[in-house]
Amino acid sequence: MGLKKFGSGLISVLALAASISIAEAKSDIIVAMQLEPPHLDPTSAAAGAIDSVLYSNVFEGLTRFGPDGSVNPGLAESWEISEDGKTYTFKLHEGVKFHDGTDMTAEDVKFSLDRARADDSANAQKALFAGIESVEVVDPQTVTVTLNEANSNFLFNMAWGDAVIVAPETIADIKTNPVGTGAFKFSDWVQGDRIDLEKNPDYWGTPANLDTVTFKFISDPTAAFASVMAEDVNAFVGFPAPENLPQFEADPRFQVLVGSTEGETILAMNNKLPPFDNAKVRQAVAHAIDRQAIIDGAMFGYGTPIGTHFAPHNPDYVDLTELSAHDPELSKKLLAEAGFPDGFETTLKLPPPSYARRGGEIIASQLRAIGIETEISNLEWAQWLEQVFRGKDYGLTIVSHTEPMDIGIYARPDYYFQYDNPEFQKLFEAITSENDPEKRSELLKQAEEMIAKDYVNGYLFQLAFPTVADARIKGLWKNQPTQATDLTAVSWEE
Amino acid sequence: MLQYFLKRLLSLGLSLVAASILIFLALEVVPGDPAAYMLGINAQEDTLNALREQLGLNGTILQRYLSWAGGLLVGDFGTSYTYRTPVSELIGERLWVSLPLALYALTLSTMIAFPAGIWAASRRGSLVDTGVMGVTQLGVAIPNFWFAMLMVLVFAINLRWFSAGGFPGWDAGFLAGMKALTLPAIALALPQASILTRVMRSSLLDTLGEDFIRSARAKGLTKGQAMWRHALRNALIPVLTIMGLQFSFLLAGAIIIENVFYLPGLGRLVFQAISSRDLIVVESVVMLLVFAVIVVNFAVDLAYALVDPRLRRRR
Repeated sequence: MGLKKFGSGLISVLALAASISIAEAKSDIIVAMQLEPPHLDPTSAAAGAIDSVLYSNVFEGLTRFGPDGSVNPGLAESWEISEDGKTYTFKLHEGVKFHDGTDMTAEDVKFSLDRARADDSANAQKALFAGIESVEVVDPQTVTVTLNEANSNFLFNMAWGDAVIVAPETIADIKTNPVGTGAFKFSDWVQGDRIDLEKNPDYWGTPANLDTVTFKFISDPTAAFASVMAEDVNAFVGFPAPENLPQFEADPRFQVLVGSTEGETILAMNNKLPPFDNAKVRQAVAHAIDRQAIIDGAMFGYGTPIGTHFAPHNPDYVDLTELSAHDPELSKKLLAEAGFPDGFETTLKLPPPSYARRGGEIIASQLRAIGIETEISNLEWAQWLEQVFRGKDYGLTIVSHTEPMDIGIYARPDYYFQYDNPEFQKLFEAITSENDPEKRSELLKQAEEMIAKDYVNGYLFQLAFPTVADARIKGLWKNQPTQATDLTAVSWEE
Repeated sequence: MLQYFLKRLLSLGLSLVAASILIFLALEVVPGDPAAYMLGINAQEDTLNALREQLGLNGTILQRYLSWAGGLLVGDFGTSYTYRTPVSELIGERLWVSLPLALYALTLSTMIAFPAGIWAASRRGSLVDTGVMGVTQLGVAIPNFWFAMLMVLVFAINLRWFSAGGFPGWDAGFLAGMKALTLPAIALALPQASILTRVMRSSLLDTLGEDFIRSARAKGLTKGQAMWRHALRNALIPVLTIMGLQFSFLLAGAIIIENVFYLPGLGRLVFQAISSRDLIVVESVVMLLVFAVIVVNFAVDLAYALVDPRLRRRR
């Protein structure tokens, strides 16, 4: 073969390759995240990583969260609520099949809800189902749920990943072979490395655009950076190194989405441990905190300041940051009034995430400025759960509460920050039983204000959720109304 | 020889029993409840109890030790608390990454260290010797994770010759697997090769100063002949010792490198298991590593006897 011939052959091969890549839009995606799910049953673990892979992709519930946090119809196409707010009648979609080919019917709904609230249930959010009195199958397409008392949160609760509908015949192997109803089917899991999903051709709703999805698990922040830069992965959700985001923003190959989460990051105070049982001391701590310094120093500027335990993107949010504005002089005065003119010593116990470790050091120095000396100890999660959360053996701690709409924890006097206010408990009962949206919103705002004025905890910021992705990917969720990587609407730009 | 072998075998068995008790007790005192870790902060007390019952965490210490150690004897490692799959399967999968990686790194390090060590020793005091000593000094001093990141920057991000990490699995083909392990193996091999080179050189120099080498030279052998026929074999004992230690280290000690290259190896399995209090996985992997170390040392002991016949009779 002469050189000329070889050259023209090469050109035609290249042309062919180019035409192939133009004709076929990419239909696969590699999505990386930090944590690997321990197993694949969203109904028996608290690990958010399980929902991050499976929520809405593989498993669906009666209702589902939209990207803005709204509660939308899921497997239930419609529902009716009785006058007294106690009975919900769900009309299920027709023709819904599980990935193993069996029909999804009212029996499966009954099975799933009964399993979650059973005595031997291992559901990490069992409280979501606590108010259910009975679940009745009316016909294969209709199911009735009766509650003990009206619960305005019920439809919201049913949208959680812990409330997805599973089939009785596949439950034994769900932890390694999850069978759901979603737009993607589980195909393979190489533990420690990746999980593969493939398109469900028989999906009942709008089919997915992608044919295959690979989730990769990269825990080390430096490795995360390298994997995106080397284009080994197409998207990294929950990118762990905020300091690198500006570099990606400046690079035309990538898009950076910084969304909001349900994660209220707080400086929790042990409300029953002296001196934190004194509201003046708590107020002093709250005024000693410079939120922006923490957001800039610990989170590289990503995060929204909050003044109460509520997500700022929620329409019912009230901005109460002024109640605890940074004012060290006021703090010193309050400490003196409380009987601690020279400050005091306490413990600051920090779980592993960087918001806590980095934030903790900044807060320690801000508290030192008003005379409070903190002894910092770094704990692993298992230790934190045992010492702080269960043992309540701490003065201060920093943690992000990532569950959606969790202001109800302030109505639990045995909760780890031990806020015991009967007035709040009564208010929260009223919220739960209020079905009128406007009145409910009014009550929620009162609740936000009550805990802010009681200075239960130091309210720091709402965690941001950064995603770095190939610039050609469309349809990724920006916000995290629940931990999820909903890929059902994701596609590549042609 | 047989007596030597049996004695070694007995001490191997006793070490294993002692190790299993130590490992189990050490992990018992670690604070943290696996069930609480799995169910998170909204879990109710009855749910936690139900899960502990499912996991078999409610027995006494002795019951749990016996059920674990008894299982080990018949090859049953138990079921992981978090993954809920048999621990033996988990370990098996990870070994398919860690073992080839350790062997790959050891091969590389030997291939570098032997020629470099011999070359330096045979030209003692020359420019070559000084050069080799300088480079190995650097190799020992550079942290391998830093070197690994540097390689990722150059070969994955800039040149795009390799991917930045991950392991496609052996299903993707032998070459694809080896390619994925190449950068990590180099990162692991570099400090090991440096140490081994230095040991090789000094051991060879010691041997070259022995009387029997002088006799060999007096008998008319050239310097090179004396080294290859007599000195090298005698110099190997310390080198073998170091290689045995290095292999065990490579098998277990690659945690950081596995994290840098996000490889699903044994080190990362243990790391994750510790933080999620998946104690049964930690216990079993540590036990396996103890077993590996003891077996490798046993093999090294036997290799001594092969290299140096005097050892067979003396012990």
